[in-house]
Order: sequence, then C-alpha cells, then structure tokens
Amino acid sequence: MLSDSKGMESPVVPGDAGTAIEVAGLECGYDGRTVLKDVHFTVRRGEIFFVIGGSGCGKTTLLRTLVGLTRPVGGDIRFLGRSFTGAQPSERLQMLRTFGMLFQNGALWTSLTLRENVSLPLEEYTSLPQEEIHRLATFRLAQVGLSGFEDYYPAEISGGMRKRAGLARALALDPQIVFFDEPSAGLDPINVRRLNALVSGIRDTFGTTIVIVSHDLESIFGLADRLIMLDATAQGIIAEGTPRALAGSSDPRVSDFLRFSADKPV
Amino acid sequence: MDRLEMVDQRAVEVEEKCVERVHIRAQEPPLSLEAPGCTFKMARQKGLEHGPRRGDIGAMPVLQNPTDARATVRADGDLVELRVGGVWRLSEALPQWKDLAPAKVSGRLRVVPDGLGYWDMSLLLFLDQAARWSVVERAEWDGSALPERLRALLVQIEATREAATPVDRCENLLVTVGLATRKAVREMRFILQFVGECALATRRSVLNPGHFRWKDCLAEMQACGAMALPVVSLVSFLVGLTLAYSGAIVLRRYGGDIYVADILGVAMTREMGAVMAAVVLAGRTGAAFAAQLGSMKVNEEIDALSTLGISPVRFLVLPRLLALSIMMPLLALYSNSMGVLGGMVVAKTVLSIQPTAYWVEMLTIVDLPDLAVGLIKAVAFGLIVGLSGCLRGLQAERSAAGVGHATTSAVVTAIILIITADALFAVLFNAFGL
Repeated sequence: MLSDSKGMESPVVPGDAGTAIEVAGLECGYDGRTVLKDVHFTVRRGEIFFVIGGSGCGKTTLLRTLVGLTRPVGGDIRFLGRSFTGAQPSERLQMLRTFGMLFQNGALWTSLTLRENVSLPLEEYTSLPQEEIHRLATFRLAQVGLSGFEDYYPAEISGGMRKRAGLARALALDPQIVFFDEPSAGLDPINVRRLNALVSGIRDTFGTTIVIVSHDLESIFGLADRLIMLDATAQGIIAEGTPRALAGSSDPRVSDFLRFSADKPV
Repeated sequence: MDRLEMVDQRAVEVEEKCVERVHIRAQEPPLSLEAPGCTFKMARQKGLEHGPRRGDIGAMPVLQNPTDARATVRADGDLVELRVGGVWRLSEALPQWKDLAPAKVSGRLRVVPDGLGYWDMSLLLFLDQAARWSVVERAEWDGSALPERLRALLVQIEATREAATPVDRCENLLVTVGLATRKAVREMRFILQFVGECALATRRSVLNPGHFRWKDCLAEMQACGAMALPVVSLVSFLVGLTLAYSGAIVLRRYGGDIYVADILGVAMTREMGAVMAAVVLAGRTGAAFAAQLGSMKVNEEIDALSTLGISPVRFLVLPRLLALSIMMPLLALYSNSMGVLGGMVVAKTVLSIQPTAYWVEMLTIVDLPDLAVGLIKAVAFGLIVGLSGCLRGLQAERSAAGVGHATTSAVVTAIILIITADALFAVLFNAFGL
C-alpha cells in the first residue's frame, strides 16, 4: 500500500499494518469558496492521527468532509481500501457504520437518556433483542466511567460527562475508525487526561484507528503517533510527521505552534 | 488634630488603599507578599511623591478624591508636555483630550506620567486620541517616558486603527437581484430535495414498518392533538359565534333566520373547521417542530444522526408528519362541532331558534361529501404544517438567531401554503362537483 514514512519511526501498532484512510487530491469548500485544496495524506490502521492548525484553517471542514457531512469539491477519500466519495448510497451507508464520531459538545440527542442514546445505533443496525442492547449500552457507559448515570438526560450531566457519553455512543457499533472533533475543548486538564487515557485505551484494546482534530498540545504530545498541520493561507497541509519531528521543524509556522511543549516535554 | 489635618490623613489612607490595589492588579508578588508594615511604608513613600498635590488638597476647602484621573497640558516653545496621573478607570469621569488639546503646535508632544496609579483601557484611549491628534497636527509623538506595558498597548491599538477599514456591505441593485435569485433557486432545490427525501423515506418505512419510530409518533400525536384541544375549542367556538352573528344580520332582514343553521353547517364543515385547526396547529406545532429541529441542528444532533447513516428525515420528520396528518382531521372534526355549537348559542339567544330546529335544519343541507371535503383538506393541511415546520427547522442556521428565524419562517410558510391550498381545493372540488 501507499507508504509515506520518510524516515519516521513507525508507530507501535498491535497486530496488522495497512492503510485505514487514504486521502488524495482532496479539495473542500462550500458556497464556491475553497477552504482546502490538494490535500494528500494517509492514516495507518491502529494509528492515532492528529489534524492540527490555527483557527479557521479548515480542520473542521476536513473532518466534516471525511465523515461525509460535506461533499468534497474534488479528490478522493478511501476507507480501508474502498472509495467513499464514489460509493453508491447503499455502500456509503455501510461504510458509515464503520465510523464513530465524537462531536465537540457530544451532540447527544437531548430527548433521549444516556442509555437510549447509546442504544439507538444498536437498535437501528443490529437485530439484538432489547435486553441485550440494554446490557451492551450499560457496559459501554461503564467503560467511559458513567455507571449509574444510564437514565439521566444529557441536560442533567456535566460537559465532561456529556463528552464521555458521546464517546460511548460513538463506540456503540464497534467502529474501525473513530473521529474526534476537538475532544479537549471546554474540559479541565484532569478531564482531558482522563479522555486521553480512554482514547489510547480504546486503540490498544480494539486496534481502532483514531483521527483527532485538536490543538491541545498536551494531547498532541501525549497521544499522537503522527499528525498533519493545516494552514489557512496555504489552504492545505504544511507539515506532516511525528509530534517531536514537527516541534523541531525549521518552518516557524509549525515550530511556533508546537513550541510550548517542545520546551517542556510532557 | 485640626480639620485640615484630618482631611490630609484621609487622603493618605485613600492613596494607600489605591496603591495596594495597584499592586494587586499589577500582580507584583514581592510587594503584595511583604509584611503590612512594609506595604505601608511603600504607600507612604508613594504618597509623598505627590507632595505638591497633597498640599493642594490641604489648602482646598473641599475634600477631593486624590485618586481622580488628571491630565494637564503645558506648552513650552516647541515642546508640548502632557502630564497624566492619578487613577484611570473606565467607569469614572475622565479628562477628554479634545478639551485639553492646544490650539496649534509645532515640534513635539511629550507624554510624561506623573504619579500614575492604576490605569485601564481608558488611559489607553485617551493617549490614543492624543497620538492621533499629533499625527494630524504633524507633531512628533514622544511616549518614551511611559511605562513599557502602556507603550506596547499603544502600538497594538494603533495597528488596529490602521487596519480598521469598514466593510461596505452595500451592493448595487443588479448584484442584489442576482444574489436573491440564486438564493431563491437554491431554496427551491432544497424544498424539492426535502419532499423527495420524505417520499423515499415513506416508501422505506412502509416496506419496513418495524423501523418506524412509533414511540415518537405517539408522543407527537399527543402533543399536537390532545394538547391542542383547548385552543381549538376556543377558536372554533368563537368563529362559529361570529359567523352566526354576521349571518343573522342579513338573514333577519329577509325573515330567513333559520338559515343561519345552513350557513354554519356548510361553512364549518367545508371550510372553517379545517382551516381553523390548521392555523392553530401551524402556530402551535409547526413552530415547535422548527424550533426543535433547529436547535438539534445547532447542537450537531442532526449531524450525529447523519454520521451514523440514519436519515434525519426518516428518524425525525416522518413520525411528525404522520402524527400531524392523523391528528389534523380529528381536530378539524372537533372544530366543526365546536363551531356549530357556537352558532347554536347565537341562534338560541339572539334569534330564538330552538337547538333542535337548528340541528334538523342543518342536517337538511350538510351531507357526507361536505364532511369529506373538510377532512381531505385537513389531511393536506396537516402535511403542509408538518413539512414546513420540519423543512425550516432542518434549514436553520447554526445560531440562536437562526432558530428564531426558522420558527417565524415555518409559521409564515405554513399559513401561506394553507390559504393557497384552500383556494386550490375550492377550484378542484368545484370542478368535481363536490
């Protein structure tokens, strides 16, 4: 498969190697305005991959395009070797089930309890009996440390808990790829660390590929195997590599962004 | 201690407090961590620096707050010296540069801090005005005596001033028309796409009814049907009452009082029942749908459904549409009876027609087809209210204002479409001879 490891140490991946996501020549934008163009990158299976960049650089647009919420203007996205952009609706639907997505504020359905939130994907896509779904949802919530809160509504719990519940829902269908939109936004450092520990735990246990859009330096240096950095003026990727390699980059746009932690490694 | 000394003492106290505050604000740990005695000494020294001022206060008959912001301008040949001192707070009265600016100047404007205590953005704005004035008057700006932090801020505020060219949002007529047309076309496409999606989702749900959200549908039926009964009762009863009154005025003249029952029967069953129920539900339920779906969109809940591959139309829109198209005819039927009842009350009290006579007379003209016409319309109106509510909700912009706009737009769209559809039905039923 395509391999672009230019002398970088490859991440420790349990089990298989191979490519999870391939993005080639992707161009995204909306209303006739180009946000990103000529985006190429590859995410390996079981990798924790970060997308970083300043505000307004198109991180969120890239993520929304990857999960199919926004149509790309051009280029191709391939998941596990299959093209997503050119897929038939039914095939596309099948591919959607292999993803999980954690939205910035959890995006829990407010009219459903936490357990119902986690159960919904299972009810929609599995033929499991109701009790089994019930047990599985309870287990998923316990995995993210929300035992005892199964019957709470999203409005009744804190932001950090909402995010963890969102993670439980994203994991409900045992996705092969999980996308995170700014997981650390609005969380205190302790909750960020807890979430990070959860994320790496998921990768280690299930070999899940994880793509995170973030600019939290602690998470980047603590979690990322590899990352790409986007830039608003360049309208594309300006750097790719491991966090340490990028922190020592000669490009000031990159090294400035990552400086804080380079001085004081986590 | 005489009175003047007491005033003096008070001034020192105020100064001390103020200096302490400045220390805390400026976050200088060594000073604030020192023993109170030392702080006091510092304060005193600081206070002594204002020697002349304290003397002033002592000599003045009234107590003046020594922490007031002050600015003085002294011209001396080529050099204009601006002294700023005291405490500058946005919330207090402050000197204005335009009151102080010298008439003409050549050479240099030098700014000197003179016992400057706490300051915030107000001082910055003041100095910025002075700096702008110096540019206009071609005077050389000399702020080298100012504290470092203030100088840095002045550079920043100057940079924003240069960059701030107001954005001109005015477009010429042609551009406006073009943009509006493009928007209308996009809107039309969205509506067609939405209706198409609804149709596809309906087909899927018919083929696979197990996946339909029956629970949501029942909840919506309760919310839009049973809960709307009081409003529908009131509105329909009053409409019946008004219709009967206006009918009575004309009919009485010809001695045809009893025909008020015919008017009420036909008008309510064919027209008013369905229309009144629909208008009430457009305001009540259509708006609620738009607000619900709109805020779900703001909260990314709709996106969360899409990423799971669950169609928001199937999941959210269909249960609501079904609920409305079941409940609307029932409400129309109920509205009919309430309207007829309203007419009956007027007939009895104003025209002295017995309720039985009213009822029998009404049955001579109202037939099953009339009822059917009303009910067919009601189903269509239910779909219209549901579709416009959900459409506007899904179209909502991701902001609080967007949700408000969606709600308004949902009600307006629904009412316009209801009236239009009613007119179309009138033509259609006339052609079929119903």
